[in-house]
Amino acid sequence: MSVSKKDVEHVAKLARLEFNEMEKNSLMDDLNKVLGYIEKLEELNTENEDIIINPYYIENKFREDDIQQSLKVEAVTINAPQSLGGYIVVPKIID
Amino acid sequence: MDLNLYTAHELSDLISNKKVKVEEVVNSHFNRIDSVDSKLGAYLYLAKTEAIDKAREIDNKISQGGKTGRLAGIPVSIKDNISVQGMQNSCASKILKGYISPYDAHVIEKIKGEDGIILGKLNMDEFAMGSSTENSACRVTRNPWDTERVPGGSSGGSAVCVSAFESPLALGTDTGGSVRQPASLCGVVGLKPTYGRVSRYGAVAFGSTLDQIGTFARDVEDCALLNQYIAGVDQRDSTTANIEVPNYQSSLTKDLKGKRIGVPKEYFGEGLDEGVRKAVFEALRVFEENGAIVKECSLPLSDYSLAAYYIISSAEASSNLARFDGIRYGHRATEFNDAVDIYYKSRSQGFGPEVKRRIMLGTYVLSAGYYDAYYKKALKVRNLIKQDFSRVLKDFDAIVCPTSPTTAFKIGEKSGDVLSMYLSDIYTVPVNVAGLPGISIPCGMVNNLPVGLQIIGNYYREDVLFNIAYSFEKSTNWHKMKPNI
Repeated sequence: MSVSKKDVEHVAKLARLEFNEMEKNSLMDDLNKVLGYIEKLEELNTENEDIIINPYYIENKFREDDIQQSLKVEAVTINAPQSLGGYIVVPKIID
Repeated sequence: MDLNLYTAHELSDLISNKKVKVEEVVNSHFNRIDSVDSKLGAYLYLAKTEAIDKAREIDNKISQGGKTGRLAGIPVSIKDNISVQGMQNSCASKILKGYISPYDAHVIEKIKGEDGIILGKLNMDEFAMGSSTENSACRVTRNPWDTERVPGGSSGGSAVCVSAFESPLALGTDTGGSVRQPASLCGVVGLKPTYGRVSRYGAVAFGSTLDQIGTFARDVEDCALLNQYIAGVDQRDSTTANIEVPNYQSSLTKDLKGKRIGVPKEYFGEGLDEGVRKAVFEALRVFEENGAIVKECSLPLSDYSLAAYYIISSAEASSNLARFDGIRYGHRATEFNDAVDIYYKSRSQGFGPEVKRRIMLGTYVLSAGYYDAYYKKALKVRNLIKQDFSRVLKDFDAIVCPTSPTTAFKIGEKSGDVLSMYLSDIYTVPVNVAGLPGISIPCGMVNNLPVGLQIIGNYYREDVLFNIAYSFEKSTNWHKMKPNI
């Protein structure tokens, strides 16, 4: 499997990133290099193996559904690029 | 009295015996930072006013005979991806420029609760992605042992500030070696605890099934001290285990007699620097002299860890970093066509090249048609790697190997070659993949550059790591070496 420029463009779209032509070419090279290295995993037979996601398994833990103080609205809006009256401002989405 | 030269446990004694004031301790560290940090670039933010106010508050408490916490007056510096209320949390990225943390991370609550003093925030590879701190969008951080060389990464600032006596303790994060590798390259102690030992609440996520918060110190006792107070269960990080945190202090001095140490032959193969190999083999003799049984062992799957790691960590990173969209916080592009274009423009302007590369790799391996071939495969290999370690840890109390295949490399030496940079984590990555604890301690010098020894233990057995590491430290003087800066 090798990554084409079209693949780079497709994945960039999924990742919401933009690249110029030069960046696309160098990403294509880098991805092919890293994926080429990763291919060594194919040497291992894993057909009958289970997947593990967390390295140390812990049963689901539940906590009491207590009411707790949340952050103050101002503590959040102060970090927003644009805010107004306790709301975060974004451009109009629906015409 | 140069108070910045003391370790945390020494300072703690001086403070509690009223030999020194906390304000003097804090000032001596800021003086040191003022005199050397322009050459090193460890800090991104200094919390001078807050730190001095806090120092005075603790001094008052002490003079009035009040009860103080167990880290009273001890300075701690924090990697800039762990939230400290009221301070920046830039992750050394342009995308978080201007962001101020509205709350404290769990570990910060714990440190503040024990009256520790936060000195400032430290440089790192952007979003902890890198092994040299060269991926920081903010500044270059230099190795105190040779300022033409990298400090390692991603917690480069954390390793440097401790190594250069700018702070006795520091926190970092370790996803694939980001605490242990810079500790090794800067000649300090660095611990990555077991996955689940320390809450990540308030630390910016990179690879959620790999990330841990780790401690830097100049000796093992200090490393154990800080880990003691940040470890434990936290409801806000559901991966933390409700397993008691043992008293690490009391495990330090236990006899090594009969302790079984495994030396994995796969960690001494191609790519390992000859000087590093020699230093590590000499260290093994110290363990034997102290009564441990040192024997060769085998972790045949080691060679596959890095490949599995890059799939898992990049996949998780691509998902975790989707939150940086220019809407709620962080950088928002000023020119855009429509709402969705804000995402494209803000992310493309805000993220640096390595972060974009990892997001692209992660998105690729998770995308339709490749998920099974890459991501699922990596998770199965992860299981095999875990079994590999479990098998060896049935026969041995700990595994000992080099932390990094080389000493500190030159700034710019590897930055052009993505794979060669990734390979510098080859000995640390398997530990994260399996979720085990690992510690790096100084064990030698090659051409006036420090060499790190890695000790890997079983789940939640940080006490065993501290015990073995402390025994080594008591028999050697490597941890007392000082960089000439």
